[in-house]
Amino acid sequence: MLLEQSSGYPPAVLTVDGVRKRIGRKWIIDNVTFDVRAGEIFGFLGPNGAGKTTTIRMLVDLIRPTEGTITVCGYNVNKNPEQALQYVGSIVENPEVYTYLTGWENLQHFARMQPGVDKARIAEVVEIVRLDQRIHDKVSTYSLGMRQRLGIAQALLGRPRLLILDEPTNGLDPKGIKELREFVRKLAGEGMAVFVSSHLLSEIQLLCDRVAIISKGKVLAVGGVHELVSRNSPYVLWELAPSSQAKVLLGAHPGIRILAPDEVTLDDAVTAGMGEDSLVTVMDEALIPEMVSLMVAAGVTVRAVHKINPTLEQLFLKLTEGETID
Amino acid sequence: MINLLPLVRNECLKIIKKKRFYVILLILVVLVPMFTYAQMRISERSREKFNSDWRLEIQQQITDNQNSLSSDRIPEEWKTYRRIFVQQLQYYLDHNVNPNEPSGVTFTREFLDNSVNLFIPLLIMAVASDLVSGERTTGTIKMLLTRPVRRWKVLLSKLVALLMFVSLIVLSVVVICYLISGLVFGYTGFNVPVFTGFQINGDTVDMSGVHAVPQWKYLLMQAGLIWFVSVVVALLAFMVSVLVRSTAASIVVMMAALIAGTILSNMASAWTSAKYLFMVNLGLTGYLAGTPAPIEGMTLPFSMAVLAIWGLVSIIISFAVFTKRDILN
Repeated sequence: MLLEQSSGYPPAVLTVDGVRKRIGRKWIIDNVTFDVRAGEIFGFLGPNGAGKTTTIRMLVDLIRPTEGTITVCGYNVNKNPEQALQYVGSIVENPEVYTYLTGWENLQHFARMQPGVDKARIAEVVEIVRLDQRIHDKVSTYSLGMRQRLGIAQALLGRPRLLILDEPTNGLDPKGIKELREFVRKLAGEGMAVFVSSHLLSEIQLLCDRVAIISKGKVLAVGGVHELVSRNSPYVLWELAPSSQAKVLLGAHPGIRILAPDEVTLDDAVTAGMGEDSLVTVMDEALIPEMVSLMVAAGVTVRAVHKINPTLEQLFLKLTEGETID
Repeated sequence: MINLLPLVRNECLKIIKKKRFYVILLILVVLVPMFTYAQMRISERSREKFNSDWRLEIQQQITDNQNSLSSDRIPEEWKTYRRIFVQQLQYYLDHNVNPNEPSGVTFTREFLDNSVNLFIPLLIMAVASDLVSGERTTGTIKMLLTRPVRRWKVLLSKLVALLMFVSLIVLSVVVICYLISGLVFGYTGFNVPVFTGFQINGDTVDMSGVHAVPQWKYLLMQAGLIWFVSVVVALLAFMVSVLVRSTAASIVVMMAALIAGTILSNMASAWTSAKYLFMVNLGLTGYLAGTPAPIEGMTLPFSMAVLAIWGLVSIIISFAVFTKRDILN
């Protein structure tokens, strides 16, 4: 578990403290603790079935935690849902709205359920998610992307301080994903705290400022995305001939560690094109030129050197010790 | 703080937009003419047979029933029914009142008597059964419960909307029935006297409390009782829809209970504790007409009390479960 720096940051909008949930005899959520601050995009990363959605449901009072507290803007979500939830806009799993109503009627419906949302505000959020062309059509005629946007419009109605999006890129095309990313950044820029769950590591890495990693109901790490990533030295892939001689040279350097094949936690897509005799090392990238000239001097043919930036995936696999991600 | 009114408005809007209420009206508009036509054929036939002399017709009915009393093949329970029926017919004959005087109002009265056990509860279920389970089936419950509104308020708004539609359905049944049957039988019959207050003791009828009321008043009493039955059925269906996640399951559970009720009513006279089940108590209008209750010891106040308790318990269970339960999917 990483230590968090607590000073010098904006105030926490959402605080999750020691939350556990038992269903039957099984603890499906076991000690989840983190906080989300104003203006940040917080990633919640874990494989399917790790407890992401269960945790999100607890954040919005759909499920009551067995132990621990969840606080939004100072209000306990389970004890004072009326106060706490007015600061929260959320889409839990899919954006499920009433398909037999029009988009506008849906927004009106949810507007009646919270204070201070008038017609002008509804028109405003429709404008924000750019649904104005089709807003008076029945939702049953909407595409998945449009429903997603309607869901976001619904979540934004009450001018929330915390926006919770559960796997928001599901079912979106690459263009939609890009738009969503920009949109979420814009909201965070305006001071909103955004909580995004995903099982896609790259997604979190591209979008989030901080991340909590969850597996089997436990939070394994919480920290800044870059901070977490920088803990891992980059991998350097060598394609050399003859590799036995290179191995000796590389192994002799105190700052370089050669990984055994089963130690390599790289994506198959990266290792696919590599030859049988390639080597994977963990080393500071500053050492690369020095090592290359050393190899050349020793008569080793250097075919290719790749530097692979550490990813959350590596980190994740390290933390979960090889639990599969899908 | 959100008050209840906008929430009730939401729920009414959803019921209307889901076109549930239109379907109910459509069913009525299709079925009532069928019953009207059937009734028309019956009156035509008896007119031919008895030359429009209703006294002759009633007399014939009395003789038929009395003849069957001597038959060994008829079970004792049925004989009791017939003995009571004969006594009532005799009473109408003695007071020179035609119980079957054809008119729109009479047809409506008879239709209500026949539909209180199954037909009207089914219409009620069309609205009540998916009120909560429908939101769970589609997943919209998540949107509904993550708004800053207490859960009991959400449920109460649904309940209020439901009771409004129950009242509207009962009203529609009466009005549509009267309007359609009136086309054939005439829009008259409001002041025809109807006898009520028959006290049934074993297989005799105590006539001391019998009095005539104008048919419009009788119809109002019927509608009131039917409304009461409908509310209780609605509360039960509402509870089932809270407890069961799928709308289909919710409808099946209620249908099974209602149909079990009609079956039990026909065979449960020996099993007396069955009278505490709600489904054998639905025929409240039977007490007005003096039809023997399916199980001995059942009276109008008894049945209303049993129904009220069932309704009350359903409300308590609905709210207790809905406000506590984790929404897992």
